[in-house]
Amino acid sequence: MNDQPKNDPSQESNDSNPVHEHGQCHSLLAYLSDFVDGTLDESLCHEITSHMANCSNCRIVVDTLRKTVSLYQSTDDFPPGLPDQVRQRLLRKLDLADYVDRNPADNH
Amino acid sequence: MNNSEPQFSLTALQNGDRAEFSRLVDTYSPLLYRLALKMLGNQQDAEDVLQNTFIKALQHLKGFEGRSSLSTWLYRIATNESLMLMRKHKPETPLSDILPETADEEDFTPRQFTDWCCLPEQDFLTAESRSALDAAIRSLPDTLRIVFILRDIENLSIQETSDILGLTITAVKTRLLRARLRLRENLGAYFGERLPERND
Repeated sequence: MNDQPKNDPSQESNDSNPVHEHGQCHSLLAYLSDFVDGTLDESLCHEITSHMANCSNCRIVVDTLRKTVSLYQSTDDFPPGLPDQVRQRLLRKLDLADYVDRNPADNH
Repeated sequence: MNNSEPQFSLTALQNGDRAEFSRLVDTYSPLLYRLALKMLGNQQDAEDVLQNTFIKALQHLKGFEGRSSLSTWLYRIATNESLMLMRKHKPETPLSDILPETADEEDFTPRQFTDWCCLPEQDFLTAESRSALDAAIRSLPDTLRIVFILRDIENLSIQETSDILGLTITAVKTRLLRARLRLRENLGAYFGERLPERND
């Protein structure tokens, strides 16, 4: 049922063969988000897992998709809280200047 | 938002209780600022969105009926303010950006098949890599970017994202998938170049 891989799995994709054309691969693409989130129903999950066992390109797509999501979920380039000056300007704009000196954590 | 969402007295807020409102501001301003910063890419715009969000919240608090949570309501205001500011900066928006469901099916098709997951973890933590991650998000069409930010960065549920954006669950899932696949392509091109050369 599965098409034979068009590319040698040991080769990287290149511009001369940019599109992964397997019919089944394309039909499963729509479910990949739910699959990496663990919210896909069992039968489709099983179908994707079985397909990946025989299709290295799809396995790479799923692994790198999962890695992409986890990179953004784990990257914390924004320090906890708000920059002080931004907070002060915000509170003043809202006529809450008398709360500027309060520790935000005390408000919880 | 999760089960430990902070509680506020809606009655107090609607009666103009300033202490309660300041507590609301301090609770949600860091999250909304982060959202705006990710959407707009610069601190000045993000600060404008943050201020406008709470000004509007203050103006419309009395009319808030509690059909959604306060956090969903605030996120919705901040999202709309961000999108309005973005459209102000970029008035000529392609149709496929306004209606991503009309985008070509080719949009979906993976082209990168380099497995870069095996790179050492520290390679993903450099300032350069973080800059590449930011650039990749900024390259997304606005309507895909906002879904990705709400779902995968702000960690809101599909339902919350749907409520904030006024989209169906299906539309949220479709846009999320497109955003994730596009980011994967983008990062594949970047991290793929950092794989060690193979010895043939």
